[in-house]
Amino acid sequence: MLILRQKTTLVNKTGGWRTFVPKFYKEKCIDCGSCHLYCPDSAIKRISEREYEINLDYCKGCGICSNECPTKAIEMILEEK
Amino acid sequence: MLEYKRREILSGNKAVAEAVKLCDVKVIAAYPITPQTPIVEYIAEFIANGELDAEYIKVESEHSALSACIGASAAGVRTFTATSSQGLMYMYEVLFIASGLRLPIVMAVVNRAISAPINIWNDWQDAMVCRDSGWIMMFAENNQEAFDFTILAYKIAEDKNVLLPVMINLDGFVLSHTYEPIEIYEKSYVEKFLPKEPNIPHKLDINNPITLGHLVTPEYYMEFKFEQEEALQRSKEVVKKTIEEFNKIFGRNYSIIETAGDGDIAIVTMGSLASSLKYLLRSGENFKLVSLKLYRPLPKEELIKELKDVKTIAVLEKDVSYGFEGGILYNELKSILYGKTDANIISFITGLGGRDTRVEELKKIIKICENPSKNVYWLGLRRI
Amino acid sequence: MEYVKCRGKCVANCSAVRCFTFRRESKKYLVKDDLFLSGHRACQGCGATIAIRHVLKVAGRNCIIVQPTGCMEVVSTQYPETSWLVPYIHVAFENAAAVASGISRALKVKGIKAKPIVIAGDGGTVDIGLQSLSGMLERDENVLYICYDNEAYMNTGIQRSGSTPLFAATTTTPSGKLSKGEDRPKKDIAKIAIAHDIKYVATANVAFPLDFMKKVEKALKISGAAFIHILTPCPPGWRIPESKSIEIARLAVDTCMWILYEYENGKYKINYLPTVKKPVKEYLLLQGRFKHLDEKDIETIQKLVDKRYEELLKLAEITIQE
Repeated sequence: MLILRQKTTLVNKTGGWRTFVPKFYKEKCIDCGSCHLYCPDSAIKRISEREYEINLDYCKGCGICSNECPTKAIEMILEEK
Repeated sequence: MLEYKRREILSGNKAVAEAVKLCDVKVIAAYPITPQTPIVEYIAEFIANGELDAEYIKVESEHSALSACIGASAAGVRTFTATSSQGLMYMYEVLFIASGLRLPIVMAVVNRAISAPINIWNDWQDAMVCRDSGWIMMFAENNQEAFDFTILAYKIAEDKNVLLPVMINLDGFVLSHTYEPIEIYEKSYVEKFLPKEPNIPHKLDINNPITLGHLVTPEYYMEFKFEQEEALQRSKEVVKKTIEEFNKIFGRNYSIIETAGDGDIAIVTMGSLASSLKYLLRSGENFKLVSLKLYRPLPKEELIKELKDVKTIAVLEKDVSYGFEGGILYNELKSILYGKTDANIISFITGLGGRDTRVEELKKIIKICENPSKNVYWLGLRRI
Repeated sequence: MEYVKCRGKCVANCSAVRCFTFRRESKKYLVKDDLFLSGHRACQGCGATIAIRHVLKVAGRNCIIVQPTGCMEVVSTQYPETSWLVPYIHVAFENAAAVASGISRALKVKGIKAKPIVIAGDGGTVDIGLQSLSGMLERDENVLYICYDNEAYMNTGIQRSGSTPLFAATTTTPSGKLSKGEDRPKKDIAKIAIAHDIKYVATANVAFPLDFMKKVEKALKISGAAFIHILTPCPPGWRIPESKSIEIARLAVDTCMWILYEYENGKYKINYLPTVKKPVKEYLLLQGRFKHLDEKDIETIQKLVDKRYEELLKLAEITIQE
């Protein structure tokens, strides 16, 4: 049945929607995790202490992470493609 | 009489409820509507008495009744609901989703007229307008059939080549509230026929998560619908095979269409009207009775075979295709017989909103068929 | 580095992510893999998808998600893809609560210890889905119903719903010479849920993830129906910048436009009140849907908010004190 033939949305690389790209500054990070918790696209992962990885394949560049970061450890910059 | 059967005098509604009990149905969603209500009342009683171990959801509407059945069936258990008329209309949207999601839900529809004007009595308009919803539809002639078809329905619906919902139709009051002697089987025999649990390959399972009810774009929608149509068409053979198996185990003689008598005139009908026509045959009238037990998928080849050699075909039904011509079944027969026969095909509308179909009117059909002057006749219509 | 003074008892209810407690409490949610996958087609800065991630962080794999038609269904389940790593079903717009009831009973029959969670938009909850929701709550089915409220029919393109607040402009309640936008206040769906006398009702806000996740955790443990109403901003619908959805959601709480409270076993409890209650103006003026308002209109809204605030204070036993 067609219903059973399914895959995940991981095939859909939404990174292409982006205009601004987040840049992460490790030295400013206090490891509060708000960037991870507030990401609409499940694109920010905590790798280890104060180490966050932004998956640019899916990051749509909304900028919530940067806006919510209490220490401005994420900056949104115009992406050159 | 075989020992695995016992005889009881039951209404059509009780017969359906007894069948549900024998089928080990696990989730029942119930909402009252005349003339269906006694079915869900009897089931509630069974559960209250401990005769049936099942969950009973007292939903707040028919829309939710079928929706709850979809949820339960998608989670992998056997489900049942019943309705009539406005209730069926209210769940119309959900009918298409049940079949589109390929869920083996069984529903009894106790056929009743549609409002307005409001009328609680029998005709087939409610079921007939649902003919394109992708359900397998069967019509019972008597209470024994209502009972047997309900058991059959689960086996057909759950067949791995089918996985579609089944609607068992029985005439409101004429069957639902009429008491007839019926044979009830021992549970152990039903268990030989019907597996304990349905096997639904696409069920919601926390160990094997899938998504049901996708948004399907133009890229795939037609394929989904084609697959569904193929399954429904294919189900005819499954119904035939399942009926054969049923006949063997329970000593019945069912088929997807039943014929009786012979002659140049054929009368095609469904449901309890077939019983009245059999009475006419017994009283010496000459015609060929063709009674459909399976209405969807329509047994096209079988109908053509039975009807291609008669001179006149009368289609007797309790519904109207408003704004078209005559009844719905009549139009479908004309369509499938196109180019297959030169017979005159005539539509007879009878019994709308519970108007009795009288013997004299049935005799009139044969008379009219000898020399018809138009295509559509409304039987028993008073000029008021 | 500047930290907001921790008020001790606040634990996860404090809005300030600068708070040490937040940092401690949030840790357990940071490492978990997401069960709601990337690649979904939600708009940039979508509030509702954030809420879904929070739900799944708590629920884990032991749940079945039921969604009515709506934004979140459309963006996450375009065939042959799915964003869900848990079983998921969508049936129609108005019947998610009924579908979940059926699932809940089937799981009971099978002896499976999992819970159906409905994640429905405001239209599918307060308008077209109200009947089946009411039936489900009244039968006290073992279902957690979460309404993500973006205050209009965003999926079809920003039409007003029963949940649209007073004076908000939508495509069906535009502002104009003769119109101030929506002419009626928001339907209070949490109050309606409470009227069904179920064990647990809560409001939540997507800017307060720890509070929300705690509520989901609590609701999942309850045997019977639970209802959570969460505010999730919609950048295109509210006409706000994508990066501001969380900031604005937080302002809704800081202005008391949205009050975080729980109703549990017949008792109200306010979870968080701002130290300084900001004027609603600060919340409204950031949003394009309210840009046509004049001082008088804002005053009308302020009065409404104050009334609701007082009403809730009376109902609740306040646990956070300065």
